[in-house]
Amino acid sequence: MRLKSYKGSALTRYENRWFFIFILPWILGFIFFQIGPMIFSLIMSLCNWEIIAAPQFIGLDNYKTFWTDPLIRQSFKVTFLYSLMTIPTGIVLGVLLALLMNQAVKGITMFRTLYYLPAVTSAVSAAILWIFVFDPQYGILNFLLLKFLGIKGPPWFGSETWALPALAIMTLWGIGGSMIIYLAALQSIPTQLYEAAEIDGANSVQQFFRITLPMLTPAIFFNLVMGIIGALQAFTQAFVTTNGGPANATLFYALYLYNNAFRYYQMGYASALAWMLLLVIFIITRVVFKTSNWVYYEVGT
Amino acid sequence: MDEMINRKNMSLSFFESKRKVRILKIILVYLVLIVGLLVVLLPFIWTLSTSLKPLEEAFLWPPSFTPSKFMWSNYLQALEKLDMLKCTVNTLEVTFGALIGALLSNSLVAFGFARLRSPWRDTIFAIVLATMMLPYQVTLIPLYIIYKELHWLDTFKPLIVPAYFGNPFYIFLLRQFFLGIPKEYDEAALIDGCSYPRIYWSIILPMARPVLITVGIFSFMGSWNDLMGPLIILSSYEKHTLALRLAVFRQDVFSYALNFTILAAASIMVTLPLIVIFFLAQKYFIRGVVVSGLKG
Repeated sequence: MRLKSYKGSALTRYENRWFFIFILPWILGFIFFQIGPMIFSLIMSLCNWEIIAAPQFIGLDNYKTFWTDPLIRQSFKVTFLYSLMTIPTGIVLGVLLALLMNQAVKGITMFRTLYYLPAVTSAVSAAILWIFVFDPQYGILNFLLLKFLGIKGPPWFGSETWALPALAIMTLWGIGGSMIIYLAALQSIPTQLYEAAEIDGANSVQQFFRITLPMLTPAIFFNLVMGIIGALQAFTQAFVTTNGGPANATLFYALYLYNNAFRYYQMGYASALAWMLLLVIFIITRVVFKTSNWVYYEVGT
Repeated sequence: MDEMINRKNMSLSFFESKRKVRILKIILVYLVLIVGLLVVLLPFIWTLSTSLKPLEEAFLWPPSFTPSKFMWSNYLQALEKLDMLKCTVNTLEVTFGALIGALLSNSLVAFGFARLRSPWRDTIFAIVLATMMLPYQVTLIPLYIIYKELHWLDTFKPLIVPAYFGNPFYIFLLRQFFLGIPKEYDEAALIDGCSYPRIYWSIILPMARPVLITVGIFSFMGSWNDLMGPLIILSSYEKHTLALRLAVFRQDVFSYALNFTILAAASIMVTLPLIVIFFLAQKYFIRGVVVSGLKG
């Protein structure tokens, strides 16, 4: 019905045609760089595809292997532990830091800029900077630990126990990215809310939990979702520093996927892993969205 | 009378203590800020210091922050050993190739979504947003095979060409900005007989400078920092980008210990351009992050 009446007007038809001309780059990209390759990938995931030999159709075998592959279990464990170390800490630290950056003291913009620097540092360079810090013998971190706390530092990237926490520390170092988002959210809270609370006699702790925190929940939610997706796709840091070791202690899911595709040339199996990744991301974001009743949305937005 | 004076004193001391609390708070804020800053800057400072040390000094215990003499030659050696000039040329070629594509294609697409009406518009835009959630790994492997068949492997094409076909994140950013430009401009131009391409090119684009800069910076950083793309596409040594060369150099165990200070110098040099761009264009950069975070 709507389509019919729309078809009637020459001007809207003209506009509609131009609409499709303008979005044409995206449509072509969607077909050739997304949907097309995705269909191809789905077919590959049903094959034994070793690049050099002709592909063989093997049905769901790759997906069956997925459930029995011990390294899959390991990579999920690594990814999960890493998420646990980085996401909650990242949210708490990010909010606290944003509160700090929201203080009206002299020079605060300079602090904001400098705190943000790690977020613009290339992942490869950042990883290398931290290699120097974490170096067990010549690194500065273990020296500081010994000097100020009297602790003999662990071998970090060389240790099965400490390699993953070291990567988590590296990630938390880039907290400036989420801090900026919290800060913007803080600054968009209407001041009348605080004024009204002041008149009602609410103290600053009450104001934080009743006004600030609820108003920050959309930003927290955004960073939570991004954090989960980021953890599931974490690759560069681990690739540069530990390459999955020692003893697979930092074998992230995305790293294992890369290894299958481009080191073992198991293109079919790697495609199946990619589809399982898509599925996992889909399920987790669904669950997060379904349980997001703690997120406060202003009426009208 | 006495009572009144007492009262005055009391209120004075009350203000006094309130001021003291304020000052104390400010001192505390600065203290935390500075400690945090030291943590944030530690990797930069430490790597910078390592990059300037003579090699044997990098392995000294206890380590020191200040090199005994400044070995600027480490930087020259890094340039030479990692063949960084060639890598820089490669990186710039990829970066600017993709940058132009990103600015052109995404502004066109965003113009369509923000300024033109079609019964399909909202449905298609929802699909654009949905593709943001797609992990790149799903298309990585089939695209690799496709590039191989096209004989695009070991060329810059796979790193540049896709940028000409839109990126959901940049489309979103640009559309958000275009929506804020009053529709009256288009209407007046249409009445004057302007075509849509003219409106896009002569009216909307000039007004969209800030957001184009934001997208430009994101695209630049994305290409400059990308490891995965160059890693699977570029196999010959003389085609490496900076990020790839750095990663490869680091993974070579032999060169790692022997070239500790050179690696430090190289990573400082790779990071520096981004830091400079960030300082110059902070405003645009932060705006992009904030828009995507608050409205995304």
